[in-house]
Amino acid sequence: MELLTAILVGVLFTAAVYLILSRSLLKIILGTGLLSHGAHLLILTMGGLGGESPPVIADGVTDFADPLPQALILTAIVISFGVTAFMLVLSYRLYAVHKTDNMNALRGNDEHD
Amino acid sequence: MNMTNIVLFPILIPFFFAIVLLFFKENIIVQRILVSLGLALSLVSSIFLAYIVHTDGIQTVNLGSWAAPYGISMVSDAFSALLVTTTLIVTFFVVIYSFYAIDEGRERNYYYPAILFMITGINGAFTTGDIFNMFVFFEVLLMASYVLIVLGGEKRQLRESIKYMLVNVVSSALFVITVAYLYSIVGTLNMADISVKIAEVDQPGIITVIGILFLIVFGIKGAIFPLYFWLPSAYAAPPIPILTLFGALLTKVGIYSITRTYTLFFVHDVGYTHMWLMGLSLLTIVVGCIGALAYFDLKQIIIYNIVIAVGVILYGVSLMDDFAMAGSVYYIVHDMLIKAALFLLIGIIIFVTGTSNLREISGLMKQYPGLGWVYLIAAFGLAGIPPLSGFIGKLLIVQGSFNAGHWIGAIAVLLSSLVVLLSVIRIFLYAFWGEPKETKPINRMQYKKMMIPTTLLVILSVVYGVGTEWFMPLITDSKDVLLDPSLYIDAVFKE
Repeated sequence: MELLTAILVGVLFTAAVYLILSRSLLKIILGTGLLSHGAHLLILTMGGLGGESPPVIADGVTDFADPLPQALILTAIVISFGVTAFMLVLSYRLYAVHKTDNMNALRGNDEHD
Repeated sequence: MNMTNIVLFPILIPFFFAIVLLFFKENIIVQRILVSLGLALSLVSSIFLAYIVHTDGIQTVNLGSWAAPYGISMVSDAFSALLVTTTLIVTFFVVIYSFYAIDEGRERNYYYPAILFMITGINGAFTTGDIFNMFVFFEVLLMASYVLIVLGGEKRQLRESIKYMLVNVVSSALFVITVAYLYSIVGTLNMADISVKIAEVDQPGIITVIGILFLIVFGIKGAIFPLYFWLPSAYAAPPIPILTLFGALLTKVGIYSITRTYTLFFVHDVGYTHMWLMGLSLLTIVVGCIGALAYFDLKQIIIYNIVIAVGVILYGVSLMDDFAMAGSVYYIVHDMLIKAALFLLIGIIIFVTGTSNLREISGLMKQYPGLGWVYLIAAFGLAGIPPLSGFIGKLLIVQGSFNAGHWIGAIAVLLSSLVVLLSVIRIFLYAFWGEPKETKPINRMQYKKMMIPTTLLVILSVVYGVGTEWFMPLITDSKDVLLDPSLYIDAVFKE
């Protein structure tokens, strides 16, 4: 099971890198979304999936899943949600002002603002 | 009074005031009073914290009283207390400067709360003793910095902020990935516990890989070669006070994190990991020097000087030597003070001339002698003319470098001071000497008000250099903890 999720993480990273390297701003933002999904799944995989056992420890329980990765993912998901929302708004404003979503046209240097 | 929570005060006070400020959006006077009050209170608490850390040793707080390594620990050693205090000093002066330098539109639109939120994140990252909590504090400071860099919504700001965000989002994802790898090996997130666990397994290859990954993650934030590419254009976009805060504080968080992880975690294969750190930091110095000499733009010259300083500090860290480590600790504080002062001075030059192009500025000495002399002192301080503060840091780093037998590094650091001197004196020669040019009339009163916090900051950096003896105990404490992880570990697990 860990192997499957590890492969899935790899696929997500591949797609994310492909999207981030594209020219369209919207695709890049979708790429960062996939990248953070991959990272979150990776935490889960790295902590060990734990099968069907519940993440609780009590007297007499010997088989339990590690609850910490889930807590980490929850935090990371909330953060990436906020950042993605901010980035979408920012890209909308950028499009409204610059009239383009092509990153090649957004290079800019000091002479030509 | 029970003072166990003093560690948290420099983090919580700015946070509290930031929330309160959100309710006074339209009332600029109230905002200004509250932000000064909040920063002054945090500063007092952080100075008190530094004093306690010096007299009683490392202070720790376990959040929710969950004992380490299960709960999140906040750890304040001399290094972190020193950086927290310097951060608050710099922010205080920049905020006072902002009263006269930032436009009303930005003040009405959450400029001060964003600064306070950023300070919360920076102080948290300096203080935390938990690697995942460090990620969270990084996000707090990054989120506030996204707001600050785009605040105002100018064409150039929008263009640069989206790139700044993208770079940081990717590096944050990499941070999470690295923490995940680390967790799978050591099964803990508490930094002291990680150090113990890595020592137990004696740093196998995978830990070294994680070490290099951390170098990449923090290197993007801290702008080391070749990951500094985003910094010059992104930092030049926002107005001067924001640029000052970014330049003085944000890269230092990256440097702090590299220093912490490379002295606490990855100390068992120094020959490999620290060789990378050393090589990259020397290259950072070189590219910074090239950039500092290549530009005729005031902002860019000082921005590339940030890159040089990053290289010098990390070079000192990579030597893992008593003198060099003390030098790096000394230099990081010096650099925060003097870079802030220089950026503020550049801001005043741009304010009085209306341009940041060095070719169009000339002969300011006649009209603004005060500005000229303060700038000259700050420039000498940056380059390290004795007895100013830059000298002592570099002296210690070079001494450590010779002790360790790294002649090339020592010479590179020395040569870089010459380039730094040349780059900042060039500004002095072009801008202050020569024939005075016609400049548009400016508000003399505003100029004087901007000069006050700037001059105070320069005086502070001079005091830091001349009165090194007074600060040396804290710097020695920091160096001792950095070079001997067991001090840090014992402090966290003392209960």
